[in-house]
Amino acid sequence: MSTASTIVYNYLRSKKKFPHVWCPGCGIGIVMGALLRSMADLEIDKNNVVMVSGIGCTGRMPVYCDFNTLHTTHGRAIAFATGVKIAKPNMKVIAVVGDGDGLAIGGNHFIHAARRNIDITTILVNNRIYGMTGGQYSPTTPWQKIGSTAPHGNVEHPFDICDLAKGSGATYFARGTVYHATQLQVLIKAALQKKGFSVVECISNCHTLYGRLNREGSAVKMIQWMKENAINAKVAEKKSPEEIEGKILTGELWNIERPEYTEQYERLIERLGGKPPAEEKPEEKEEAVTQ
Amino acid sequence: MKEFIEGSMAVARGVAVCRPHVVSAYPITPQTHIVEHLSELVADGILDSQFINVESEFGAASVVLGAAAAGGRAFSATTSQGLLLMGEVLYNISGMRLPLVITVANRAVSAPINIWNDHSDAMVFRDAGWIMLFAEDNQEVHDMHIQAYKIGETREISLPVMVNMDGFILTHAYEPVDTISQKDADDFLPPFDPVVKLDVDNPLTMGPLGEPQWYLETRYRIQQAMLEAKPVVKQVAKEFKEKFGRWYGDVIDGYRMDDAEIVYVAMGSICGTIKDTIDELRDKGEKVGLLKIRMFRPFPGEEIIDALKDKQKVIVLEKALSLGASGMLSDEIKAAFYATPHRPEISSTFAGLGGRDISKTSLADLYHKVKGERQDNMFVDLKEELV
Ligand code: SF4
Repeated sequence: MSTASTIVYNYLRSKKKFPHVWCPGCGIGIVMGALLRSMADLEIDKNNVVMVSGIGCTGRMPVYCDFNTLHTTHGRAIAFATGVKIAKPNMKVIAVVGDGDGLAIGGNHFIHAARRNIDITTILVNNRIYGMTGGQYSPTTPWQKIGSTAPHGNVEHPFDICDLAKGSGATYFARGTVYHATQLQVLIKAALQKKGFSVVECISNCHTLYGRLNREGSAVKMIQWMKENAINAKVAEKKSPEEIEGKILTGELWNIERPEYTEQYERLIERLGGKPPAEEKPEEKEEAVTQ
Repeated sequence: MKEFIEGSMAVARGVAVCRPHVVSAYPITPQTHIVEHLSELVADGILDSQFINVESEFGAASVVLGAAAAGGRAFSATTSQGLLLMGEVLYNISGMRLPLVITVANRAVSAPINIWNDHSDAMVFRDAGWIMLFAEDNQEVHDMHIQAYKIGETREISLPVMVNMDGFILTHAYEPVDTISQKDADDFLPPFDPVVKLDVDNPLTMGPLGEPQWYLETRYRIQQAMLEAKPVVKQVAKEFKEKFGRWYGDVIDGYRMDDAEIVYVAMGSICGTIKDTIDELRDKGEKVGLLKIRMFRPFPGEEIIDALKDKQKVIVLEKALSLGASGMLSDEIKAAFYATPHRPEISSTFAGLGGRDISKTSLADLYHKVKGERQDNMFVDLKEELV
């Protein structure tokens, strides 16, 4: 019997693409690990997966994963993923985006994919800054925090990604942190099983830029902070607003049912007498195509 | 004052003394340092300007359009994919005749993803109604911005200017730069006095529906303004020389051209390497020179003909390629020579795409090949085993 770790190994382009480019201690690797383990749990056939990303530190993830991968332009992962899902509704489509990539330049795609409720699992790594380009403030940089483009503090206010996703029509939203790697795995697993637009916000550390600029210390210290400041939403319900002030609410925060886009589309085709797309079996491939 | 600074800082300082009212940009490599430095100058109160870190390059271009429409001096910087994303707005900026300045840290275009230098990004917009300048080194790019504002804001011209500098090669290189003081800048560049601006006391509409009855005339007027820009660019370069003592040529510049028989033609930082190559070839008795193109739009056709008409051979070294045609620069040079009785033999060559280093050895080899026979549509240092 293969163990989870061998399956995970099977999901990585371990021989070709490593070492990776992420800084030692970066949380993105933990998110990738949680994602791969949850896929191993669900025994997802890697040839039936399309992983789409844009540009940014998070955008590097598909380089290392041995699925069908599409490494696209900055901010456009969800738009490209929408095209893939419509063309191949039977495939599992995963978009991995960062906060700058997914919510600033790609914010429009995020809200419209949510509104359509198209079956895409969006893994949103939120490290509150643009990492790859050097620490500019992003749409999730908290008010008054430092970015390289806000040296005396950010005057803008961040998105509440959960409210944004809910308000736009997403049917699943969960939040975890890279300290709580096992919980993250459980949340991602649920998101992968959800038929509809699902989002898992993964609070991650960019100690190299955000941490340094805001004097939040090393990777370990930042992850420690997550441990101390995350509070499960169910536990938080029993607490007073003062007690949860400034805390990160984790767990499943939103889960509703709403018709999914590609299913609705197929029904429409059927109703109008057209032929629904045939079930396709993914081809067995020796080796997946690299980026 | 001479300072040892990064190319991006040279741009930021050159822009800051122009006192832009609004700076807006989105992070993208290798441009980011430019606006980072500017944001610091704003945050530290050295530059009295509004700095807006927007949600995309589309937003950045739109913000500077709005700022210029309101009568403000505006600046943005970008590169590659970011410039492409600005595309729709770039046409609107020139169509509305808004003289703002955007710096492009030239970089290749995806796919495959490539963050290194070539000119593929800027050349996409050669038809967009922007004056396009190319700098060779960090002193030149520092000085080019104040000239760019002066050119674009000349009332008869009123067109936007794109200042091009090679990504990484210049943006990330440290060089001594003689920086322009605020006082000298204020003497050289008058406050922006727009021909039209949004004004509640005198309401007008910018960019409304241009019906077939008069759209064509708007293009004609932009074309005229473009042609009129050429003498203005020359005049501003002259005034700059008088005030600051620095001269890079006006729209073109020659290096060891007088008795040259074979001439390289190029734009941007590669001109430095070419000059060194020429010196070495000259030491061996070769009659070789360089024609540097500082301004690609409006296209300096007459000046180029004048400089090249007596030469035997021309090697146009391009860092961009019109896929399915040839090089944009060499095609236009060839077209310019169409009506002239004497024309040199012209080789279009492509080099350095996606940041491939161009060495002196490659340049000298190229020279010897061209000396033997014409090399048209040639890819310099192509790895045959990979194609
Ligand atoms: S810059 Fe920040 S986000 Fe990017 S790899 Fe390094 S730590 Fe991670």
